[in-house]
Amino acid sequence: MVNRSGSEAQQALGGATPNPEPIPDLIRPLNLRADDFTLFGLPPGFALERTELEQRWKQLQRQAHPDRHATQGAAAQRVALQWSVRINEAYQRLKDPLKRGAYWCELQGQSVGAHDNTAMPAEFLMQQMQWREALAEAAGAADLQPLQAELDAERALRLAALEAAIDLQRDPRAAAQQVRALLFIERFEQQLHERLDRF
Amino acid sequence: MALLQISEPGQAPDPHQRRIAVGIDLGTTHSLVAALRHGQNECLPDAQGRVLLPSVVRYLPAAAQGESSGSGRQIGWEALQAQTQDPANTISSVKRLMGRTHADLAASGVLGRLPYTVVDGEGMAALRTVAGDKSPVEVSAEILAALRQRAEDSFDADLYGAVITVPAYFDDAQRQATKDAAQLAGLKVLRLLNEPTAAALAYGLDQAAEGLYLVFDLGGGTFDVSLLRLSRGVFEVLATGGDSALGGDDYDRALADALLARSGLDGHASELPLTERAALLAEARRVKEALSGVPDAAQTLPVAATLQGRALQWQISRADFDAATAALNAQTLATVRRVLRDARVAAAEVQGVVLVGGATRMPALRLAVAEFFGRPPLTDLNPDEVVALGAALQAQQLAGHLPATGEDWLLLDVTPLSLGIETMGGLVERIVPRNTPLPAALAQDFTTYQDGQTALALHVLQGERDLVPDCRSLARFELRGIPPMVAGAARIRVTFHIDADGLLSVSAREQSTGIEAHIEVKPSYGLSDEQIAAMLQEGNASAEQDMRARALREAQVEAERMAAATRSALAADGELLRPEERAAIEALLAAQAQARLQEDAAALDAATEALAKGCEEFAARRMNRSIATALAGQNINQF
Repeated sequence: MVNRSGSEAQQALGGATPNPEPIPDLIRPLNLRADDFTLFGLPPGFALERTELEQRWKQLQRQAHPDRHATQGAAAQRVALQWSVRINEAYQRLKDPLKRGAYWCELQGQSVGAHDNTAMPAEFLMQQMQWREALAEAAGAADLQPLQAELDAERALRLAALEAAIDLQRDPRAAAQQVRALLFIERFEQQLHERLDRF
Repeated sequence: MALLQISEPGQAPDPHQRRIAVGIDLGTTHSLVAALRHGQNECLPDAQGRVLLPSVVRYLPAAAQGESSGSGRQIGWEALQAQTQDPANTISSVKRLMGRTHADLAASGVLGRLPYTVVDGEGMAALRTVAGDKSPVEVSAEILAALRQRAEDSFDADLYGAVITVPAYFDDAQRQATKDAAQLAGLKVLRLLNEPTAAALAYGLDQAAEGLYLVFDLGGGTFDVSLLRLSRGVFEVLATGGDSALGGDDYDRALADALLARSGLDGHASELPLTERAALLAEARRVKEALSGVPDAAQTLPVAATLQGRALQWQISRADFDAATAALNAQTLATVRRVLRDARVAAAEVQGVVLVGGATRMPALRLAVAEFFGRPPLTDLNPDEVVALGAALQAQQLAGHLPATGEDWLLLDVTPLSLGIETMGGLVERIVPRNTPLPAALAQDFTTYQDGQTALALHVLQGERDLVPDCRSLARFELRGIPPMVAGAARIRVTFHIDADGLLSVSAREQSTGIEAHIEVKPSYGLSDEQIAAMLQEGNASAEQDMRARALREAQVEAERMAAATRSALAADGELLRPEERAAIEALLAAQAQARLQEDAAALDAATEALAKGCEEFAARRMNRSIATALAGQNINQF
């Protein structure tokens, strides 16, 4: 048995690949360590079109997926696999607004410190307490509807604030704070759903 | 769309070198094999022109072996015919037993409904027959071997490999058991493909479909729902659900139960002699199929059976049948609703419903599906054949035959079930959520819970539930040699790697010391390599061949492919090699050319192997540059 340690789930990468010589192509090739935005050819930021992201993902997988190189032998397959895994990793992170926001912060050198909630403003902590009380006191599914609506509204507000912090103000500290609040909302909503399942 | 074509192996234009790859639908009640033949993707018929092979194997007593082709068993139609007279030795619906222990089956209630005897076997349950105990893997291998033989006869050539379909909810143990069966049948598995995905593949290519599609697969013994998104030639599985114990057989049983009830025998099915039960079910199936073709719901058909020695007759109409099975239809739609909810999709957003499985021919079921979605389901392709046809398409691609322009597609599959690790308190910490796109690598950090703890036991689990006993145990391994630290100080990164085949490997690494442990997950219920080797030894599932001549021919074909591919790679990308690296490869090429002059398969294989090994680094560099350039090119095109 193991204990979960503090850090959030992280995605892993295969090892480095050889890249022996300068390459004469006009197009500068990517490498596996390129950040998610670069890999997907997107400007680093928050706002993005979900459908566009999906299309980019599929286009990239068309080039890299091991099935496209099914008969190329083990070594080439391994390289294709690494690229394909890397593309999926970036896609999973970019498509989730919260993960994307957190990732942008990390790229700017601002740790999100997801489990460290102490730096939150007092009013947010007050709101958390009220939500917890409402959850504890609810006697039936109907009681939780206003709470769910409140959570939805708060999340929408915070996502808008996160977008502004990243795309307009370019402020990693402010963005990280919004990410922390959103992570709390996400965890709380999970508890709410578990409670709903028990009614 | 520019395709990436960097070398030619597998695409040899010479027809006799063309790799023959087939799609196999290994079904609960019947199985099929499909392949591209005469430019047409089609299901291959047997000598009598039948494409369906009943998934039934009958084992004969030792004394009878001389009579029936010396093999001691019957497979397919012959076995199906014998089912009523010899139910105890005639194994049907074996798919339900794949990768399952006796205890699993007893708990799920499957055991009481089978006409043959299931005993506790090594690893998984076994079937007691006059020819000894048989594992479900062996029985499935017989079916696969029969299909392989059929395909090899059709092409008069050896098979390169097969894509075999499995239900989307099959867990690792069931998938592994299916792979083991293929290996036992002498088949190379190119990929295990989810059945609904295969069905969509067959439809998507034929109709260039775009949008959300739901695949409703009611086979003989399994029900499987998948929601797929098809766009720009990419197949994406959004959500899956199903019931491994619901299928056309249950409709037969429901009708049989209704007949028993009419005869005052309800609840006594298990007291009937085995032969009577089997005969009653066969009669119920016959009537079910006949009623599907009757336009008038009120018209009745005669039904006859012998119960407790009494010969009985009934008149049954489609309305009677529909009433007896309405609850089953409702059960299928409840699963559909769950899948839609999982994907947060409304029924109206689904652009098409693909029907798969012979049981979807039932008019009442089609009507129920049409009403639920507000549109009639797609039925253009034969619902029995569609899965095998889709599998054959992917087999083509995996054998290196790129699809023609305009039919360019890529299947992006997802993990069907979540994967995780046991943590304190018997809880499962999910590391790979279900529906994660493949291939994938995900990691999470864990720590020790006791001061001075030097080893960590890791328990890998699969399933959606939070508690360990509710999930399926896949593997256990240990990380040893952690330096003694206070509890919580060690940082152990556990990484799950899943390749495009869905095969899982798990590694654990202590971050400060770099000590590592690693396991390829072979499910606890799968067969060991030794067991498979033993079965292959004694087994006669794969047909006898002139092994030596075949080996040499294979070695020569492979040698030619490898040499041609290497030469064209050197011509195209030679600048990726330093002069001494290039010289080394040239030397290996020359040595292999020498070996081709002798008729020694082993020596030639060794030379080809040496060449392949010598080219590994070169191949990796070429692939890396090719992909890196292609991806960057994609991005440039974007703006």
